[in-house]
Amino acid sequence: MSNIHLHQITKSFGPTPVLRDVSLVIKDGEFLTLLGPSGCGKSTLLRILAGLEVQDSGSVWIGERPVDGVRPKLRDIAMVFQSYALYPHMTVGANMALPLRMRRLNAWQRLPILGWVVPGTRRVAAEIEAEVSRTAKALDIGHLLSRKPGQLSGGQRQRVAVGRAMVRHPAVFLMDEPLSNLDAKLRVQMRAEIKDLHRRLGVTFVYVTHDQAEAMTLSDRVAVMLEGELIQVAPPQEIYANPDDCRVAEFVGSPKINLLDSVVRERGSVDAVGTRFQLLSDAEPGTALTLGIRPEAFHLSDGGGVNTLTGAVRLIEHMGSDLFVHLDLAGLDHALIVRLTADRAPHIAPGQTLHLSVKPDRVLAFSRDGKRLRAAGPAEMCKVPSLRQFAL
Amino acid sequence: MSVRLSPTAAIMRHGVLLITAAVVLVPFVWMVSLSLKPPGEIFRQHFSFLPEQWYAVQNYSKALTSAPLPRYMGNGVLVCAAILTLQILICAPCAYALAKLRFRGRDLIFGFVLIGLLLPHQVLSLPLFVLGYELGILNTYAALIFPFVVSPFGIFLFRQVFKTIPDDVVHAARLDGLSELGIVWKVMVPMALPAVIAFSIFSVVGHWNDLFWPLIAVRSESLMPPPLGIIAFANEQAGNDYGPLMAAATIVVLPLVVAFLAAQKWFVEGMTGGAVK
Repeated sequence: MSNIHLHQITKSFGPTPVLRDVSLVIKDGEFLTLLGPSGCGKSTLLRILAGLEVQDSGSVWIGERPVDGVRPKLRDIAMVFQSYALYPHMTVGANMALPLRMRRLNAWQRLPILGWVVPGTRRVAAEIEAEVSRTAKALDIGHLLSRKPGQLSGGQRQRVAVGRAMVRHPAVFLMDEPLSNLDAKLRVQMRAEIKDLHRRLGVTFVYVTHDQAEAMTLSDRVAVMLEGELIQVAPPQEIYANPDDCRVAEFVGSPKINLLDSVVRERGSVDAVGTRFQLLSDAEPGTALTLGIRPEAFHLSDGGGVNTLTGAVRLIEHMGSDLFVHLDLAGLDHALIVRLTADRAPHIAPGQTLHLSVKPDRVLAFSRDGKRLRAAGPAEMCKVPSLRQFAL
Repeated sequence: MSVRLSPTAAIMRHGVLLITAAVVLVPFVWMVSLSLKPPGEIFRQHFSFLPEQWYAVQNYSKALTSAPLPRYMGNGVLVCAAILTLQILICAPCAYALAKLRFRGRDLIFGFVLIGLLLPHQVLSLPLFVLGYELGILNTYAALIFPFVVSPFGIFLFRQVFKTIPDDVVHAARLDGLSELGIVWKVMVPMALPAVIAFSIFSVVGHWNDLFWPLIAVRSESLMPPPLGIIAFANEQAGNDYGPLMAAATIVVLPLVVAFLAAQKWFVEGMTGGAVK
């Protein structure tokens, strides 16, 4: 079937390395997202997969064959671009029909007027037209087929771009930030539609985005890329709750994870910002660590004891069901951000002193070079939090 | 859009525009006026636009019959159409390669195009004449067409326009299965249509009015394009007979004016109908 293997891909633009030794296996029918900030090489990786860029070294396999040097149109893939890349001089119908015309009609049959007298043209053209209108109906753009892209709204153009990719039933869909030109409301709607499309078609989707909400809500697995390297490839919950790298923990999650510098005092406990934390790690005493604590891992407590921080409320952001509380802590130069549910924390006011506790299994430990430190036992797997925080 | 100007500034502006337009138009108005007059009125002391005695029919029929003017015009149409077609056929793929493909030496080649753009065509006339002689094409249509088929200006103009078309469109076309030449003719050229039309106007006007090269390249009257034909007409038939000569000039200029006015309207529509996001 259509497993995709990317094997040790490297790519530089001039002296700048863009991809460093990227290897990845994408399973047939999977929805995989390449997530990373702009400039991390994710779009380049997608273009290499499509055959639009050539890697410096490494190889790409689609199904059972290497496709290095195979032209894009022969790779059985379709792509949706951020800018939609529709042909502005053609109608929506012509835009969607083009990939089919190029595949099913020969050069003679495609000639403007002469083509109609070549045997078979009318029959194939009618089939193409039927397929285009069927796809257009499925995407709810059936009434727009005779318009030009310039006359459509952003969301409609987006659907046309998806339709053009869908109409020829490719084995793999590539999407390069397809939603980033849409307004927030439409983006949420199209996100659901893309998810539904994947479920209906059942083919492999490779989706590039810098938006963690899209990555988390859509994907079977997320591949986090930073500075041309794949840092972690895992299901969304795993990426969020159990990051391999400090940079992954920082990039994923909104508001951002709180990072605290700390030093190991004895096995299983560390000191950070004047507080002792217990955590599930077997780092040697004296080791410098970075602790990562998600904003929602805190809960209000009475104060005192281990795993409890005390700070003054600097400001409060009301988000409806939740509150983001910014706390000033002695010994911390930036605010600690805490997420509390609104019903549990009704009486918080700026200036107030709060005590906040965190369970040991919600404290993530990273070495100073950013690598995750895990306890030896398998019991350290964290509880998986809900995905509610991405629904913003 | 435009800044609102005070009435004085508006009057000044229109004044300048009217004077400039008048300076450009006066010779043409005079030409049309002379083509309507009998020989006796042409060298009168006082000028009037309309003739006292209408002589248009005589002048125009003489212009059309005493010299093979229709033949000259036909030659002009044939030569201009051939030049324009070949220019676009050659410029568009070249410009696409220079704008969208990556290959060794691309910038150097584009540098050569720019050098070609700087050289006036007259500088090349002698080498071209010798080359035409060696190829044995002097005094044929080929001699009138061949020196102009590669237009550095066309390559430059198309390249600049193609560069503004996003790479994503090219990538989408490749994924849709278009060949590189398919991309040029089905995507790039239609998207750059305003530029293609602008270039066509330049090209047709330039070569319809060209006198210098046809004077060198052809001698046979049956091959002469309109301006050269008029010169021949002036020398041989007309002598001092300026009425028919001006009638012939008017007939030669007319198609250009009509075509330009028509294309200009179209051109403005093409520019404002922007279909790109």
